[in-house]
Amino acid sequence: MFRSSLHLGAHAVAAIALAVRLPAATQEPASGLSFQGEVRPILEQRCFACHGATRQKAGLRLDQRAWARAGSKNGNRPVIVPGNSAESLLYQRLVAADEDERMPFGEEALAAEEIEILRRWLDEGAEWPEDGSTLRRHWSYVPPARPALPPVRDDAWPRNGVDRFVLARLEREGLAPSPEAPAETLIRRLYLDLVGLTPPVSEVDEFLADARPDAYERLVERLLASPHYGERQAQLWLDLARYADTNGYEKDERRSQWRYRDWVIDAYNRNLPFDRFTIEQLAGDLLPDATLEQRIATGFHRNTMVNKEGGVDAEEFRVAAVVDRTNTTASVWLGATLGCAQCHDHKYDPYAQEEYYQFFAFFNSTTDSGGSEDPQIEAPTPQQQAVMAELAPQIEALERELEARTPELESAFGAWERRRRAELAQWVALQPRSVESARGATLTVLDDGSVLASGSAPDMDHYVVSAEVGLPRVAGLRIEALSDPSLPSQGPGRTGHGNFVLNEVTLLVDGVAVPLGRARADFEQMDRPWPASGAVDGDPASGWAIVPQTGQSHQAVFALERALPAAHIEVRLAQDYGSRHTLGRFRVSVCAEAPPDAPPLPPALERLLVLGGTRGAPEQAQLEAHWRASAPELEAARARLAQLRARLPQPATCMVLAERAQPRATHVLQKGSFLSPGAAVEPAVPAVLGSLPPDAPRNRLGLAQWLVAPDNPLTARVLANRVWSQYFGAGLSSTPEDFGSQGDAPTHSELLDWLALELVSGGWDVKALHHLIVTSATYRQASRVTPELLERDPYNRVFARGPRFRLEAEAVRDVALSASGLLNPVLGGPSVFPPQPDGIWNLPYSDDRWTAQQGAERHRRALYTFWRRSAPYPLMTNFDAPSREFTCTRRARSNTPLQALNLLNDPAFVEAAAALARRMLAQAGAGDAERAAYGFRLCVARAPQPEEVRILLELLGAQRRRYQADPQAAAALVAGADPDLAAWTVVANVLLNLDETITKS
Amino acid sequence: MNASRREFLQQGCYGFGAMAFAALLARDLPARLLAAPPPRRATKARHVIFLHMAGSPSQLDLFDPKPKLVQWSGKACPDEYLRNERFAFIKGTPKMLGSPYAFAPRGRSGQVISELLPRLHSIADDIAIVRSMRTTQFNHAPAQIFMNTGHERMGRPSMGAWVSYGIGSANQNLPGYVVLLSGRYAPDGGASLWGSGFLPTGHQGVRLRSGAEPVLYLGNPPGMDAGDRRRSLDALEQLNGLALQQNGDPEIRTRMDQYELAFRMQMSVPELADLSQEPPETLAMYGVEPGQPSYAGNCLLARRLIERGVRFVELYHWGWDSHGTNAGDDIVHSLPERCRETDQATVALVADLKRMGLLDETLIVWGGEFGRTPMNEERDGSKFLGRDHHPHCFTIWLAGGGIKPGITIGATDEFGYLITEDPVEVHDLHATMLHLLGLDHLQLTYKFMGRDFRLTDVSGVVVDKLLA
Repeated sequence: MFRSSLHLGAHAVAAIALAVRLPAATQEPASGLSFQGEVRPILEQRCFACHGATRQKAGLRLDQRAWARAGSKNGNRPVIVPGNSAESLLYQRLVAADEDERMPFGEEALAAEEIEILRRWLDEGAEWPEDGSTLRRHWSYVPPARPALPPVRDDAWPRNGVDRFVLARLEREGLAPSPEAPAETLIRRLYLDLVGLTPPVSEVDEFLADARPDAYERLVERLLASPHYGERQAQLWLDLARYADTNGYEKDERRSQWRYRDWVIDAYNRNLPFDRFTIEQLAGDLLPDATLEQRIATGFHRNTMVNKEGGVDAEEFRVAAVVDRTNTTASVWLGATLGCAQCHDHKYDPYAQEEYYQFFAFFNSTTDSGGSEDPQIEAPTPQQQAVMAELAPQIEALERELEARTPELESAFGAWERRRRAELAQWVALQPRSVESARGATLTVLDDGSVLASGSAPDMDHYVVSAEVGLPRVAGLRIEALSDPSLPSQGPGRTGHGNFVLNEVTLLVDGVAVPLGRARADFEQMDRPWPASGAVDGDPASGWAIVPQTGQSHQAVFALERALPAAHIEVRLAQDYGSRHTLGRFRVSVCAEAPPDAPPLPPALERLLVLGGTRGAPEQAQLEAHWRASAPELEAARARLAQLRARLPQPATCMVLAERAQPRATHVLQKGSFLSPGAAVEPAVPAVLGSLPPDAPRNRLGLAQWLVAPDNPLTARVLANRVWSQYFGAGLSSTPEDFGSQGDAPTHSELLDWLALELVSGGWDVKALHHLIVTSATYRQASRVTPELLERDPYNRVFARGPRFRLEAEAVRDVALSASGLLNPVLGGPSVFPPQPDGIWNLPYSDDRWTAQQGAERHRRALYTFWRRSAPYPLMTNFDAPSREFTCTRRARSNTPLQALNLLNDPAFVEAAAALARRMLAQAGAGDAERAAYGFRLCVARAPQPEEVRILLELLGAQRRRYQADPQAAAALVAGADPDLAAWTVVANVLLNLDETITKS
Repeated sequence: MNASRREFLQQGCYGFGAMAFAALLARDLPARLLAAPPPRRATKARHVIFLHMAGSPSQLDLFDPKPKLVQWSGKACPDEYLRNERFAFIKGTPKMLGSPYAFAPRGRSGQVISELLPRLHSIADDIAIVRSMRTTQFNHAPAQIFMNTGHERMGRPSMGAWVSYGIGSANQNLPGYVVLLSGRYAPDGGASLWGSGFLPTGHQGVRLRSGAEPVLYLGNPPGMDAGDRRRSLDALEQLNGLALQQNGDPEIRTRMDQYELAFRMQMSVPELADLSQEPPETLAMYGVEPGQPSYAGNCLLARRLIERGVRFVELYHWGWDSHGTNAGDDIVHSLPERCRETDQATVALVADLKRMGLLDETLIVWGGEFGRTPMNEERDGSKFLGRDHHPHCFTIWLAGGGIKPGITIGATDEFGYLITEDPVEVHDLHATMLHLLGLDHLQLTYKFMGRDFRLTDVSGVVVDKLLA
């Protein structure tokens, strides 16, 4: 839409081959041409699209030796004549003058150097190694070999190994590195890269004043040790983990997953080695004696979406989640576009469809369903765990006390038992003379006096039971709701899940309605709630219900307000909730003495009570436990226990992986459809990448261990490449998600290998890798670019200058918060809801609403902002954050007017401007120039030049005059209507919008 | 206004640095890797208005009369339709539901439209009705996402983003792809429906909101007026200009341009959204009450956007999900209400574009995300008449932009359950829309995660019968 962004984002950067043309994979001038390193990449890039596996225009296929040598099916002129380029159609077509003849057809001609490489290759014999081995030899499938540090002419420049590789390349290109960036630029760059915040002015001053030779390294160490380091790294990892706070799909309901985010932050802060980091996230649950933290780590692969829409087949979405786990793992660890092989063999890389499903099989035996968040675990934070550990012994002691047997308690229990039995004995079940359903249900009286409903199941119904009373008077009425095998979910209600709602019970004694008083039930549904008293309160909307305790019998007991003599009674049961919330089996009883105040026992326990001495030990214990829960003798201990339990924290849950006891059979899914299973497959890794060791478990744990085994050719390279891209804006290979034949070969392949090997030999020490990169001279260069260099290397692929690019969405917010002093630096915890405009969350079938938090929570770092997949926080969308439906290995970097509007006018940024203005007024000296300079430094660290101060003061002056003349406008902008503060707020608004403020320079 | 700003204002939104950069791109990139769309055939259609009736209107009560269904009304649905079938809400054996509405041929072309859309009768000769659309999805969000992105799950670019990528914008002051919402809620699929997926985010749809702030954060903060903004942008411009001088990064120039475009949007969007500028007879024609957010207002806004060169305008009107669980979503009370809300303005939009000579270059598409069942849903025994989700057939209509007017294509069986003639898949619709815009759906690709992606995924055939 806005074409002005010119695709300068990472998409384009990634897709760009180096303007400086050198064969990518060779560092030294080649004596003989390498087919794999030089020839094949050209064919891949320029020819295979029409003459490859997918399409064979003119019947010609060039991606395999046999076909290439055979030439075109449609023509008889040889395409490749070894030793003779002039006779080879391949060469003739590349240099043809006629546009209709020249290849690639309709595209730009090959560069002269590329044509020259192909000519030489043809003339030198067109050597083409056998295809199987050529595929194996694609650079990324060959384990890295430790390269020697290349010799360089300028020995003084390199600070570490990184620089030797970079400088060797620069020297070959005839380029010189840029000078070191100024100290203010360096400290800001380090702050943004390592902790994602701007440096406080005091720290900039300290750094400038620190004359020690290792001042820079000390700063690096300090930032790597900061807890904000973990936040910054986690923010990047959460894109790969597709972390979100909602389930996705239509309802996009909330899920509780922030403990996983906390885990990631903590893992970076304790510098968990990347091999452990990998194993715990992919298979933490399968580790022996898995800890809580290791199980939380498996939330990585529970960040897949969950579908709770009506009528969907959960299996479809379970398979979709497994597909996502398969593709994400391949992309994040292997840089492999394995997903292309879901429906058919991979068209460019050596992955057969069968191999896709072998890889898929590792993830296909978890217990989650695709239609629910389960399995979830309670995941107390370390602080909560400490409280729980402190309370646990006290709680256990009280629990023991409550279970203790003493002679006093024994005798109290005996007395209770006798009393309850006597109370029970007085109930007389009515033998109904008639039962009627108002809506046509079939009601049958059974031998025990109970009534069973069958046949038509109306949504609502009224039952009328009439019977003769065999008692001199009636003081209580009992309704038993009985379970029955003929009912859905065993009843007692007629809904699918066995519930009912008894809205009103009406008792007529000898034809006269009699008020019912106290109502007690053995169990009452709590959510709305649905108590038994609702059945006698005259309100047709309230009533008694029993979820979740369906499938078992329950009873409600009602006391008559006054005992009455009765000969005939009629009981009316109104059940008007709808959707078949009616009783399926019930029984009506009456008694002559007022029923006790205590709730009745559950019918199952009453049966035990009646058994008396013939009870077995478990039954005895069950009954006793029930008594102990209400015995007055234990009231004090129970109260103390309740108090302690109230102090127990309520841990958040976290979605985790769990493995089925029996692995699920995996089949190739034809055309990727879960409805078309094909041949069965076993878990395995793609053959081109090796195989699991024979003794390795064939499950996620075995896979995770294989990913981080020292001889895995890809994982360390993919990681090193990604870490490099954090600092330089693009990886050494600009396609971090594709290290296959269609990806871009690394510009510095030996440097990538060297970094990968440093990483592995250092025990996957991630902080060490960061340290290595940021202490290099390459990283410390100034980012200034000359027109010549811009023309030569527009995307800074050879690193003749330092990095310079716009911050990510999260950092854009965090920088404004830290510069203005508003930032609430609290680490971790549940997601937060800073203010956002109305109407962002307004989806049908979801009444969830964004309720903005006030106070300090509104100024938390952006990575804690609640992430709803279908309706992201606007800043995230505007500044290129992905929607987190799928893994994202690199973000785009666009440049749009919506970003400008966001930074200029979003109330959050206006609030930050006002705070920055106050800070300038309160913390800097009294002069305007001093204050402007201070605000400038808060935003970009460096001191402004006189011209910059002049521009700011000119604006300040104009705005002062304006707000002095219009106090109402000042009052609208800032609290207190101070025209000076209002003018400074406009200045601060400009400072927060500087290109430099939102850019790492 | 200082010299440098004037200078690049004249250059439009490609600043000098950016242009130099573009030249570099063109020279040095292998064509396969350059994120540039394929060439475009010269066609009349240059704009699209997609009228998405979110929730999905009942084709059986609006466009596809079924006398036999009326005869069968109240009888049990034949088993053969229910075997292996999944419904969003229907359970057990449902009863058939004939339409209570009268149908008749309309216009000279005799296209059949029900009595619920009386205004549409007047443009029957301008539209092409497709009775044989079908989809693979039977829940709103995936079906809407499929209709908009060619894929049922979130994450792919929307058709508007593809068109923006394929043709670009023709207005320097406005986004090229604009989204307008009306009805009580936003559509189920949320912002994914107009997202740019893996295309550069500049191609995503910009939602023009009703009310005081048509674009998010368009308005200056309280206490800052246009003069304050202009002065602060001048200062920003000078400061960024110094940085550009010193650092040389062309991205700074691009950012300076974006701030100027933002400022121009601050000026032009409120003017655009101010419907009170329209003559009273136009307001009356659409049924617009200025100041009242409505579908009618959005239709008029759509015309104003097209006039100004915006490439793709998508309207969503929520509330067509006629399940019949209550009077608010049945086919007796709710469906006619939705028709009343939309009929006049939809027809006014087509007629107005025609009057202005813009209909030929503007393709209009009207439709929901799926169809509705020939059976009464009767959820939980509801007595209100309604229909469940039905992916197997539904009706859309198209107009303008090279569409053959006054025709009906496709047919469904006697109950309106399955298509019997000329099935049109969502990908076929997309291929046809791109074709009318001069784009070959096979060529309009973008490479992502190692694969060339298309709006039409791996299928799609241009529906020749629809072409003028």
